[in-house]
Amino acid sequence: MTRKLTNQELKEKANLIRLDIIKMLVEAGSGHSAGPLGMADIFTAFYFNLLKHDPKNPQWEERDRLILSNGHITPVRYVAMAHAGYFPISELKTLRKLGSRLQGHPERKRLPGVETTSGPLGSGLAQASGYAYAARMDGQKFRVYCICSDGEHDSGNHWEAVLFAGKNKLSNLTAIVDRNNIQIDGYTEEVMPLEPLRAKYEAFNWHVLHIDGHNLEEIIDAVNHAKAVFEKPTVIIAHTIPGKGVDYMENDPKWHGAVPGVSDMPGEPSKEKQTQIALHELRTLKGKIKSEHE
Amino acid sequence: MNKKSFSTNKVATRQGYGEGLVIAGEADEKVVVLCADLTESTRSILFKEKFPDRFIEIGVAEQALATIAAGMATYGKIPFISSYAAFSPGRNWEQIRTTIALNDVPVKIAGAHAGLTVGPDGATHQMLEDIALMRAMPNMVVMYPADAIEARKATVAAAKNGKPTYIRLAREKTPIITTEKTPFEIGKSHVLLNPSTRSADAQGRLEQSRKATSSGPHGDPQVAIIGAGPLLYEAVVAAKKLAESGIETVVINSHTIKPIDEQTIIKYAKITGAVVTVEEHQINGGLGGAVAEVLARNFPVPQEFVGMPDSFGESGDPDELLEKYHMKSADIIAAVKKVITRKNS
Repeated sequence: MTRKLTNQELKEKANLIRLDIIKMLVEAGSGHSAGPLGMADIFTAFYFNLLKHDPKNPQWEERDRLILSNGHITPVRYVAMAHAGYFPISELKTLRKLGSRLQGHPERKRLPGVETTSGPLGSGLAQASGYAYAARMDGQKFRVYCICSDGEHDSGNHWEAVLFAGKNKLSNLTAIVDRNNIQIDGYTEEVMPLEPLRAKYEAFNWHVLHIDGHNLEEIIDAVNHAKAVFEKPTVIIAHTIPGKGVDYMENDPKWHGAVPGVSDMPGEPSKEKQTQIALHELRTLKGKIKSEHE
Repeated sequence: MNKKSFSTNKVATRQGYGEGLVIAGEADEKVVVLCADLTESTRSILFKEKFPDRFIEIGVAEQALATIAAGMATYGKIPFISSYAAFSPGRNWEQIRTTIALNDVPVKIAGAHAGLTVGPDGATHQMLEDIALMRAMPNMVVMYPADAIEARKATVAAAKNGKPTYIRLAREKTPIITTEKTPFEIGKSHVLLNPSTRSADAQGRLEQSRKATSSGPHGDPQVAIIGAGPLLYEAVVAAKKLAESGIETVVINSHTIKPIDEQTIIKYAKITGAVVTVEEHQINGGLGGAVAEVLARNFPVPQEFVGMPDSFGESGDPDELLEKYHMKSADIIAAVKKVITRKNS
């Protein structure tokens, strides 16, 4: 078990994680930037406060299960895991390289601590629901968390799982939706409108919470609140800013599947300067990432 | 080989699956069954009645069927997922690939009502591409039982193999051509009929047939007929008729299509020098293709393919359809004669 960090420590940790995300993506030369940066606070909260886990014993039976549905944001998970002690931070440099345990999209069989293989969207919540159902059959006390994107709410498989978890009142399951409003082809409300998302989940018999996904107190409160909801699964709709922390990336769909330092983009710093600016901005933000309401 | 003994006892392979689920469920409490609104017709109902707490209804949602089961298997359960082959793996192939095969968790996929013989339902439900879909997938075991007894054995074996596994099942009642004593091992095919023994254990005379081995010489087999699934009955009928006209063949039940039993295929290709494959599936990518891959790499011999010739089916009675699309014993006989001509030319 790792020590739970205080709020200020969590903020500083989240910033270190953002720095390492940029470094590893630049080293890899491909991958996704916006999602991992946007979810850095939530992953920090999980790995350094919320999860019952043991980085030295990833198969510990009583651990909480953190299932990542939108596998493309796995860099943030890898960095959080490395900082938590699952593997050496130096291994982050191997991301997406031949022979690496850090596959471009995460694979359960390659890296202990990764609960499921994911990447193709829309399937994670169903796996988490099956996991939670099976665990409840055996009277297990651990919780199952599923982190998913807003874009994958376009898929039928996701809503099939929402139906199933609602029907079976899987209160040991909490879903966290990265509501960053972008997907590859643009803004979610233009590609395929999801709103009213809260009403949709409520209609499927879920308990719904809205939070600012960059406010660590809100993240921790919401996840703990969900533990006290016994009659339904809970979904936490976490409003995040894609690319959070790097000004030129924030809220821009073109950084969904791109990394700094690889190519010039219209209206952006030159590829030579992208990495430098990103790292500089993150350093100056040390411990200062704020939610919109703080 | 007594034709009458085949036709008197007909049971659908899906029934064998249902019975196998109960046996597997009794043996291991980790076994659970999930079904997508087809509990009666996939015979999952037998398990549901026995173990209601371990049966999970998913509704008409085959992608959820696969992925929820993947989650349960990742936790530690042994889930069997029941639907029609047209929908599972037809509709949920990517979910099976990513969350079951690549994830390498022991979900057992039962594709019922596979093949042309689902008959009147027509082409939408006549799944003829599932072997191709599943045998291309790493980590996946693919089985196609010949009759209800073998389907029961395959189901029980699948519960224990620790691997992602596909079991192909049919709707129609089909002749029982194996016995309780017929050996069954995943990956090990079984010689149903061999002229050197001049008998088949299909008639419950395994011991007798073994004794007969030493009783007298027979003609060397000229062709190896390699099949899987209920059409093996047609293969045996064809072999018997061919024997009456002096053409000896070996009939091999390749119930496991992946991993395929290479040794047995090569052994009989060397003995006979010609192969006919038989399956109720597209010729493209099916058992015939799997056999051809083994032969091409090891011991190329002429091969003829009995199966669906790159076509969809249509409504009709099962027998009418098998006749129209050339999968009856007469078609197997024609294929055997053709391959002998090719071998000798």
